[in-house]
Amino acid sequence: MSPVVFYTIISLSTVGIVAAVILYFVAQRFKVVEDPRIDQIEQALPGANCGGCGFPGCRAFAEACVKADDLSQLFCPVGGSDCMGVIAKILNLQVQAKEKLVAVVRCEGSYDKRPKTIRYDGAPTCAIMHQAVSSDTGCPNGCLSWGDCVVVCRFDAIHMNPVTGLPEVDEKKCTACGACVTACPKGIIELRKMGPKGCRIYVGCVNQDPGSVARKACQAACIGCGLCVKACPFDAISLEKNLAYIDQDKCKLCRKCVAVCPTGAIVEINFPPKKQPQTDATRHTTHGEGETTQPKRHTIQKKT
Amino acid sequence: MTLQNTKTFPQGGVHPANNKLTADQPIQDLPLPASVSVHLGQHIGKPAAPVIRVGDTVKVGQLIARADGFISAAVHAPVSGRIEKFIDVMDQTGYKKPAVVIRTDGDHWQEGIDLSPDLVTDIKADGETIIQKIADAGIIGMGGAGFPTHVKLRPPEGKTIEYLLINGVECEPFLTSDHRLMLEKGHELVVGIKILLKALRINKAMIGIEDNKKDAIELLRQHAAAERQIEIYPLKVWYPQGGERQLIKSLTQREIPPPPKGLPVDVGCAVFNVATTLAVYEAVQKNKPCMDRVVTITGAGLTNPGNFRVRVGTFVTQLIEAAGGLPDNAGKILSGGPMMGKALPQTDIPITKTMGGIVIFPANQACRKPSMECIRCAKCVSVCPLGLEPYLLMTLSEKGLWERAREERMLSCCECACCQYICPSNRPLLDYIRYGKSVLTQMLRAEKNHE
Repeated sequence: MSPVVFYTIISLSTVGIVAAVILYFVAQRFKVVEDPRIDQIEQALPGANCGGCGFPGCRAFAEACVKADDLSQLFCPVGGSDCMGVIAKILNLQVQAKEKLVAVVRCEGSYDKRPKTIRYDGAPTCAIMHQAVSSDTGCPNGCLSWGDCVVVCRFDAIHMNPVTGLPEVDEKKCTACGACVTACPKGIIELRKMGPKGCRIYVGCVNQDPGSVARKACQAACIGCGLCVKACPFDAISLEKNLAYIDQDKCKLCRKCVAVCPTGAIVEINFPPKKQPQTDATRHTTHGEGETTQPKRHTIQKKT
Repeated sequence: MTLQNTKTFPQGGVHPANNKLTADQPIQDLPLPASVSVHLGQHIGKPAAPVIRVGDTVKVGQLIARADGFISAAVHAPVSGRIEKFIDVMDQTGYKKPAVVIRTDGDHWQEGIDLSPDLVTDIKADGETIIQKIADAGIIGMGGAGFPTHVKLRPPEGKTIEYLLINGVECEPFLTSDHRLMLEKGHELVVGIKILLKALRINKAMIGIEDNKKDAIELLRQHAAAERQIEIYPLKVWYPQGGERQLIKSLTQREIPPPPKGLPVDVGCAVFNVATTLAVYEAVQKNKPCMDRVVTITGAGLTNPGNFRVRVGTFVTQLIEAAGGLPDNAGKILSGGPMMGKALPQTDIPITKTMGGIVIFPANQACRKPSMECIRCAKCVSVCPLGLEPYLLMTLSEKGLWERAREERMLSCCECACCQYICPSNRPLLDYIRYGKSVLTQMLRAEKNHE
């Protein structure tokens, strides 16, 4: 071997070994000691980093879980109760099963029911339109149809129906992370309980104008007549500022309110079709899947 | 004819076609409406608090709502009659706001108001009385901003006013109400300026007028020839020459620090629109409160466009009828000019103290062209009078990058719309920037509350 090669090998090897030794001691000195359970929990989480738990990302949620004494205030809506169960096992804590929630769009003012009064020419987002002109129909609270909610959903669970101009939630994919609720400038979307076998009832309107004004603007508006309040045997419906609201904790899904609502503002989801034929043409049943077709009756499993 | 050296501001701006169709139309009185809907919050600051009740009878000029707080303004009855109801009425923003409806009955004015057309040149009131009278008359910035005038006349601790600037620029296309006021009420305007000089305790007033109003420049020069403190300056016909930031720069070469902090008082200037100055004359010399204004109603399709003196609270519908009715091909109704004006969603919207013009566009000119991609031509950057980068601000707003937007001075935007006007891709730059400004303002307010 020539001397050049020999000395090159020796000197570079020495540099390498010295660097390795220095790095070893530096690594030991600056080692970050982390609870290995954080990694375990992060593995168990869905990894969507959607923020639905209220923390900036899944790792932050995992850290919060490890720090917490109990898991009652912590919940991952995407992973749900199953995921929280796994986390509870890792941490040796108790966890209560939480009701599954789903996003609900409280507006039934489709293009055919709520005519446009002006043409909006501005930037095509709900947030900007809301700030600029409030609405291009007679209803200042109704859906603006640009789909800010669709853009923000990370789970492909909400889509705009081009025929009705209203967003539809795919309840199989919805994780109730709440992103669409915040994105909607009109506050139309609400997280409500999925309900037994997915059955739920809600008022599909957020208009607070007096009944005659609301009705003129939209045929499906809640006019604040109060018939539902009177019809409800469980005192679950309240009327405030010309708008009815159903308390989901008190509602027993008897559907008496749906039957008496004169405008079809109250919506029932996933119920099996009634035995008697529908008498009022404006009432309808919609189903939870995000299909972009005309609303039709849902033929799901029989009631037991 | 000698070549006038017109002053102007150094950066940005555009020159839209003037279209001053109504420049030769003398001011006419609009007939009294059957009822008026007077908004309680026509000004910047807290809405006025009502002092009357449903069923009360009021006279023209009677106080119906008092100023509520330091930054607020009084509201007076524009017609005589009965208070019918308090109701939320849609204003030019498209939102419903609290208003008082008065059913008109005759035209009976409050005692003490001088209705004669005689010019009153002797300014008897002292400085403090002048400011109080202006406050009592509910005068606000009638150029469109709506800032209470009496607050402007009381500079905060440590700040002094050196120059009084009168804004007779009217740089928006189509609008001519200020032009007509300068031609028809020139003497009263000069007295109004002297009143303001007395209130500010200074003796230097500069009137800025765009060079497309040569008759007004000449006339006011004659009227003010005897007044050493008042000088008239013709300004280059360039938009937004009438913006207060640009006007101050053109006339005094001083620069206000950028918004949201900068105000004219920071550089020793007070700027008032000519309509506001005239309202000051009427309040101090004639005891007449601010309850009407001159509004231009214009547009190519109208049969009788003109400048009308309108009582506050009159619906735009009546103004359009006086101009010959809505043309068949009408597509857009703007409150204000085509640059910064707001498209109205309906015509049953009451005129407020700050609405100076209604412009009607035919349908084939009303819609925007489809928006395309940004081609990085930087025309928006060259026309921005504030030296901002509108293409960048729009992207930051789209993506929600608010910290960066703050650094890029999104809050300095004065919403003049030069960028949106010049963009060859028809991008809605100002829509996104306006939205961004509202989000940033809310964020900063939340931060401040947390501290």
